Amino acid sequence: MTRTTRTTRTTPSTPPAPERFTPPTRFAVPGRVGVSEQAASVWRTATLTGIRRETPRAATFRFAVPGWPGHVPGQHLMLRLTAEDGYTAQRHYSIASAPDDSGHVELTLDHVEGGEVSGWFHTVARPGDRVEVRGPLSGFFAWPGDRPALLVGAGSGVVPLMSMVRHHRARGLALPLRLLVSARSPEELIYARELGAETTTVFTRSAPEGVAVGRMAAAHVAPLMAEPPPGGWEAYVCGSNSFAEHASRLLVAAGQPVDRIRIERFG
Amino acid sequence: MNITRGFTGRPRVDHPGLPPGQYDAGDEWPVLSAEVTPDLAPADWTFRIDGMVAEPRTWDWEQAHALPASAYEGAIHCVTSWSKFGVRFGGVSLDAFLDVVRPHGSATHVVAYAHTGYTTSLPLADVTGGRAWIAWEYDGRPLPAEHGGPARLLVPHLYFWKSAKWIAGLRLLDHDEPGFWEGNGYHARGNPWEEQRYSGD
Ligand SMILES: Cc1cc2nc3c(=O)[nH]c(=O)nc-3n(C[C@H](O)[C@H](O)[C@H](O)COP(=O)(O)OP(=O)(O)OC[C@H]3O[C@@H](n4cnc5c(N)ncnc54)[C@H](O)[C@@H]3O)c2cc1C
Repeated sequence: MTRTTRTTRTTPSTPPAPERFTPPTRFAVPGRVGVSEQAASVWRTATLTGIRRETPRAATFRFAVPGWPGHVPGQHLMLRLTAEDGYTAQRHYSIASAPDDSGHVELTLDHVEGGEVSGWFHTVARPGDRVEVRGPLSGFFAWPGDRPALLVGAGSGVVPLMSMVRHHRARGLALPLRLLVSARSPEELIYARELGAETTTVFTRSAPEGVAVGRMAAAHVAPLMAEPPPGGWEAYVCGSNSFAEHASRLLVAAGQPVDRIRIERFG
Repeated sequence: MNITRGFTGRPRVDHPGLPPGQYDAGDEWPVLSAEVTPDLAPADWTFRIDGMVAEPRTWDWEQAHALPASAYEGAIHCVTSWSKFGVRFGGVSLDAFLDVVRPHGSATHVVAYAHTGYTTSLPLADVTGGRAWIAWEYDGRPLPAEHGGPARLLVPHLYFWKSAKWIAGLRLLDHDEPGFWEGNGYHARGNPWEEQRYSGD
């Protein structure tokens, strides 16, 4: 094992510059919250108790999960469907609901064209159906509600961010929290009825009269970065890979430190 | 078995190369990093091996390219359950780098770390014997930044979170020291054929 020797001010001569070692961490490590290894390794049966339409393409599925250990906003789970011949399909889904102790979790799924799992949910699933879940997983993209949060999402990327917004409301937290969300049109904006004063919306294809149409841009980020809370923002970016690339670059360009940006890419 | 009512799944292709719980992503190559993609030019890239070795060493881009070229062609598997077949990577076998630094006999594990600070831990035996590469080409072209370019670690027989993007170095240890995802509940080894996804699997 290596031992570090401390150089004091009285050292007569400067030691030779060490060769470049581990680069400085420019990345938010480690995870925000610990993950229970045991919880993450157990498959539990989840029973669908309700389906709520959000947009023409997205719906929220509510499950009762006996033994669910609870989650922190931003975490996701692994969901598994099994066919009669034993074939399984498993996918990750962010948890949409705020943590509560009702033993329920909610997921919001986009209907992906030709999608195996989302297709089953949107065309076959009905209350009473059972699937399997394990988790919650990854404490990295988690927000326990302890720091000012700047949430940036697009499409179904708003799902884990909504868990944070709901948590903020349910707990009556006074910490600053802002949500910047992009959708194709007002009709496709998931959770539209629930979004409030904390939210700025960006529409990329069509917008209400008088509202600009276009991609998320520096001008959307600037006002949020111009008045950061004391200690700055903890930024959470979620969506497709191309959105995550674009939005995280906007944040960096606007001065958000790289090591305070957490990204969840849906693939 | 817990059968899901009305779920048939896609028509099964009997693909001998598909580990359990995985699906063929076809032409897709999803990007799954939790960090901001760094702007890292080849001229600024370095790769170091140290820890339990006889001669720690740092290579720059040109020095690393002077080592014998080695390619990988085959499949890769991501823990999020996609697999990708027939991928072609070009680079240098990790053995060529290790031959230079000469690992101590007592070294058992490595921590791979990225220029971003991302880390992942692996048994030494999983990155020796022609099973791991430093890769800078994909399909005959420079590896794109979002996939870890200019250079990434490539350990195709394990889940892909082990193949650290923007690789900066390896530290050899005589014990296992969990990396980023390993500390976040993922499995220490990550063998797709045994579905070692989360710790406890
Ligand atoms: C951490 C994380 C969290 C996520 N959270 C959410 C969330 O909250 N909400 C959400 O909606 N999504 C979320 N996702 C995405 C989700 O995991 C799935 O990728 C998504 O639901 C699509 O799965 P699917 O089975 O419906 O589609 P898939 O079957 O995986 O298909 C995806 C696409 O590939 C094509 N395709 C793939 N294989 C074939 C094939 N063999 N034949 C024909 N076509 C094929 C399909 O046509 C489709 O266009 C998340 C992903 C991650 C990694």
